[in-house]
Amino acid sequence: MDIKAYIALSLTLFIIGIIGVLTRRNAIIVFMCVELMLNAVNLLMVAFSNMHQASGAAKALPTFASDAQIFVFFIMIVAAAEVSVGLAIIVMLYRNTHNIDVSFLNRLKN
Amino acid sequence: MNAILLTAVWGVVMMFSGVFIKSKTAPKYLAIAGIIIIFIANLLELNAFGIGVLHVNIDTKEMLNISSFNLSFLAVVFACTLLFFLLSGSDIEKVGDDVSEYFGLIFFVLCGVSLVSTYNTLLLLFIGIEILSIPLYILTGSDKRNLKSNEAALKYFLMGAFSTGILLMGIAFIYGGNNNGSFYINNLEMGEGPMPAMIAVGLVFMVIALSFKVSAAPFHFWTPDVYDGAPTVFTSFMSTIVKVAGFFAFVRLFENAFGKVQPQWQNLIVFITVLTLLIGNVTAVFQQSVKRMLAYSSIAQAGFMMLAVFALNNTAKEGLVLYAAAYSIATIGIFAVLIKMNDYTIDGFNGLAKTQPQLALCTTVFLLSLTGIPLTGGFMSKFFMLSAAAETGTRFWLIIVAVLFAAISAYYYFRVIQAMYFKEATTVVIDEKEITRGFKITLAIAAVLIIAIGIYPEFIIGWMYH
Repeated sequence: MDIKAYIALSLTLFIIGIIGVLTRRNAIIVFMCVELMLNAVNLLMVAFSNMHQASGAAKALPTFASDAQIFVFFIMIVAAAEVSVGLAIIVMLYRNTHNIDVSFLNRLKN
Repeated sequence: MNAILLTAVWGVVMMFSGVFIKSKTAPKYLAIAGIIIIFIANLLELNAFGIGVLHVNIDTKEMLNISSFNLSFLAVVFACTLLFFLLSGSDIEKVGDDVSEYFGLIFFVLCGVSLVSTYNTLLLLFIGIEILSIPLYILTGSDKRNLKSNEAALKYFLMGAFSTGILLMGIAFIYGGNNNGSFYINNLEMGEGPMPAMIAVGLVFMVIALSFKVSAAPFHFWTPDVYDGAPTVFTSFMSTIVKVAGFFAFVRLFENAFGKVQPQWQNLIVFITVLTLLIGNVTAVFQQSVKRMLAYSSIAQAGFMMLAVFALNNTAKEGLVLYAAAYSIATIGIFAVLIKMNDYTIDGFNGLAKTQPQLALCTTVFLLSLTGIPLTGGFMSKFFMLSAAAETGTRFWLIIVAVLFAAISAYYYFRVIQAMYFKEATTVVIDEKEITRGFKITLAIAAVLIIAIGIYPEFIIGWMYH
């Protein structure tokens, strides 16, 4: 399939994620939208990796094309680490306020 | 390499020390010992003592590029962290019960700092930035029962994760756009003439993400809230060492990866620089709380550091290391005094010179350095930044704008000096018992260091060409 289709798909997912982060008020949903952004990147990385594999450029330097696939694993691992810290922060906030609404967070402005 | 390994190992050591050592004051001394060991190991790698290069040699397939330039930056970072531990170590003990964990997390942040200042591939840039950020989310929220700290942590976390997503999108596009299919920043094949569209998109994404990390406008909005909400000791660490590390990563990326196409992105950086200087300085004028004022001042100083990204020549690189030292020492010093105050507003500093003349004098030196008064390190580093911008030979108006904003910054820094020297105290401003002799001596050393950098900056720059 054409690489442009993959770029369009992952950019669409990415933009859905950005819109979600900027508009939703529930901390968990904001969090899920961030994960959606990261997964859009994963998809794009793998697609580009395949593209470079097919093109002649990667033949001169064979490891470069598969680098992106290794990169995807790193993204997944880091995302998992981030989830564990993020959920802990949300739980901590819930214990104190019994609320996970992001718009609730404007006490600092004053 | 020494720094990366030792910081990670010492982070684990600090974590486990919490299990075996019940004393609340012991972790501080363990941390100070650790940072001294790391500092010396780093200097050995730099061959500062003239006994040959001593370092752990691991084949990283050129994923790390260690030179005397980034080792001297790391030396500055570790020296500032040592100063931070000496001045504010006892205040970290007051944040909560898990003292050894806080120190451990700070060492993990330092591991991230070591990675982002030596990386040679985008993979390690990403991992370094994450290792640097994730412990900071925890440190921001470490005051668990304080609602402001909770909010700051959540806000910082959501913004940080969001900017990570943008950074990764940028990396993906740069990977897809260059003909080599390479993540190595010195091996991006972009062809001649204008950048390919995908590289340009990737570059814009990366500028946005890194601007988030170094809190450059228009992506600075999280900074005042997070710096205000976090426990003050950790704000001190975040706004100095972590921020200059972000700039170092920024400069490194643009110098190695996009140096050849500099004219094509310079306008974008000029826009961010001017906006950062404007918003940082003008908003800081209206702040009543010194802690919040310092948060905006850190945005304003970020505007000056952006000039290094704009210029990208040798003077800019020297200036950045100098700026890192002068800015970090001064801000850590001011925060160390601020933590001891009973009231964080500017009025809270009223009459400090009467009760604690030495503290007031040191704070004055730090504030003068941040303003950029001659004979202080702040002046010398600003001078290097401006001459680096002048050396590019274009956009002289940018230098004039930067100097004008530095003049505005004098207003809000001098307000604190005025409060300390020319106003009468109405209440007790500071707890006398908190001010130990060791604290005073360390603060005086920091003030002397600031002046030393201002008079003789070569002692830092000399390391870079060792």
